[in-house]
Amino acid sequence: MPVLTPAKSSWFSGETLWIVLVIVAAYGIVPLAGSDYLLDAVLTPFLALSLAAVGLNVLTGYAGQVSLGSAAFLAVGAYAAYNLHLRVPALPLLIDLVLAGGVAAAIGIVFGLPSLRLRGFYLAVSTLAAQFFVQWALTKFSWFSNDNPSGVIDAPVLSIAGSAFTSAAERYVFSLTIVVVLTLLTLRLLRSQSGRNFIAVRDHEIAAKVIGVPLLRTKLLAFAISSFLIGVAGVLWAFAYLRTVEPAGFNLDRSFQILFIIIIGGLASLRGSFIGAAFIVVFPLLLSRVGAALLGSVFDSGVLEMSQRIVIGALIIVFLIAEPRGLIALWDRAFAAVRPAKRPA
Amino acid sequence: MFDYQFFLEVLIGGLLSGVMYSLVAIGFVLIYKTSGVLNFAQGAMLLFAALTFVSLVERGAPFVAALAATLVIMIALGIATERLVLRPLVNQPPITLFMATLGLSYVIEGAAQLLWGTQVHGLDIGISDTPFEASGVLISRFDLFAAAVAGSLVALFALFFRYTRTGLSFRAVADDQFAALAVGLRLPRVWAAVWTVAGIVALVGGLLWGARLGVQFSLSLVVLKALPVLVLGGFDSITGAIIGGLLVGAIEKLAEVYVGPSFGGGIEAWAAYVAALALLLIRPSGLFGQKLVERV
Repeated sequence: MPVLTPAKSSWFSGETLWIVLVIVAAYGIVPLAGSDYLLDAVLTPFLALSLAAVGLNVLTGYAGQVSLGSAAFLAVGAYAAYNLHLRVPALPLLIDLVLAGGVAAAIGIVFGLPSLRLRGFYLAVSTLAAQFFVQWALTKFSWFSNDNPSGVIDAPVLSIAGSAFTSAAERYVFSLTIVVVLTLLTLRLLRSQSGRNFIAVRDHEIAAKVIGVPLLRTKLLAFAISSFLIGVAGVLWAFAYLRTVEPAGFNLDRSFQILFIIIIGGLASLRGSFIGAAFIVVFPLLLSRVGAALLGSVFDSGVLEMSQRIVIGALIIVFLIAEPRGLIALWDRAFAAVRPAKRPA
Repeated sequence: MFDYQFFLEVLIGGLLSGVMYSLVAIGFVLIYKTSGVLNFAQGAMLLFAALTFVSLVERGAPFVAALAATLVIMIALGIATERLVLRPLVNQPPITLFMATLGLSYVIEGAAQLLWGTQVHGLDIGISDTPFEASGVLISRFDLFAAAVAGSLVALFALFFRYTRTGLSFRAVADDQFAALAVGLRLPRVWAAVWTVAGIVALVGGLLWGARLGVQFSLSLVVLKALPVLVLGGFDSITGAIIGGLLVGAIEKLAEVYVGPSFGGGIEAWAAYVAALALLLIRPSGLFGQKLVERV
């Protein structure tokens, strides 16, 4: 993929400052948010989708393995955490969360095995198998949903060490903390030898093999990390955002949505995952406002859904043609234009 | 006791429905062979064609006029796709092109339903779906008709590819794009022609599938049935698409009847994928796909 990777920067660079500023702002927004609507309908789903996009970006953006089965791993994470909480009540929620990610990672490795022999389209198609199989299994075996006939699960209250996270603001803070920690860990990983192996495999698999990158380990690691992150994102999606989920919510459209986030945001860019997720969450809300204002009553929910599909699809094509590096490249260029030029030392 | 007659009935039913999968898969193969694009929008094109046709008929257009109008629209769509999506993306990696067709499928699906509405339309192409009996085995008349249409379509393609100038240029481009350019073939024109042909395949497939399932959004999901067919047969082989379709049809039905009950049923959705995956592990480019020679 024609994606450049930023040079490794030193620890004390401006980058660290930016990360700290963004995190402070993200926590600081809580008291300013005012209504629960912003937190509940915008920010919390944004966080869950961002984390899922970070996960897919590790696999697709960095390691170059296209997956169309992300929603399956969201579902695995959500249902694993639900069952762990239900059947092993002794475990604290945070452990459930990590274990649920672990279950998703294990299943990710299984469905990642074909990547050792398959490339490109053949691999993309084989990840669809994960999508259909997981959705079928969750609907078919009622054990997963504790014998609920329609497979719906009601998420338990989020609580850590006795303190419960119930209000919109608390659930937002809970999600934010997890997303921040995991994103920073992912950032470290991507700048280690493993991360460079991912990029080597993406850019030229045979060449990577020739210079001694262990293909098997690298690809499976990419699948495992990616599925872990997406699995945890699934827990957040189910427990912090929707609070009641069914397997049908994790359909192929959701997988495509996450893929679209990283294409629009920027492949092989963690910041891109966040910008893309913000776009995908905010865009339908904006479109419905604008559409209703311009067209009035003609713009009903059916028309909204269809025009949303058209615009998203068109945007994907436009981005692939005009800016394959996504929104993040536009952002960087805009910043480079206003930033004072560095004086030579 | 093993009921041989029942087995035969399931098998024949599966093979015949497999022909319908092949019909969708051929559209993919045409485009993949000549331009290296896995066209995810094939299902959306199928939906678009069927929906346009049905809506025209419902608005009082005679059958032939509606067919002609839909054909013209599909040709326009093919040319527009080449102009607006493929040409700007020339020389991009195949996976980028694939994602572009994913976007395209969203646009076409949205446009089709925005134009013609989202309700389900019935489509009657004058073939009854009553089964008849042949030496003790029940066979659906409609399935047989669909199989005949698909068969003649494939025969037509074979002749077209073998004996016409356009067909020859298709084969040249499929064989080697650079060489084709060097001898003066105009790639954009060939691609526009290929997308047009794919549009026609989508129209035929859309009518048959629409008559079977009703014309509605889920029609575009047959693309998901066609993907394992492609994997089994190899993305670049028309023969593979046919054999793959037959295999997938047979596997799905047999698995559903004989293996399904021990899993609680409903395995049709992924049985074909698992079969395709198993085959891929042994033959990474499908049954009839070309082997890739890899160089650094």
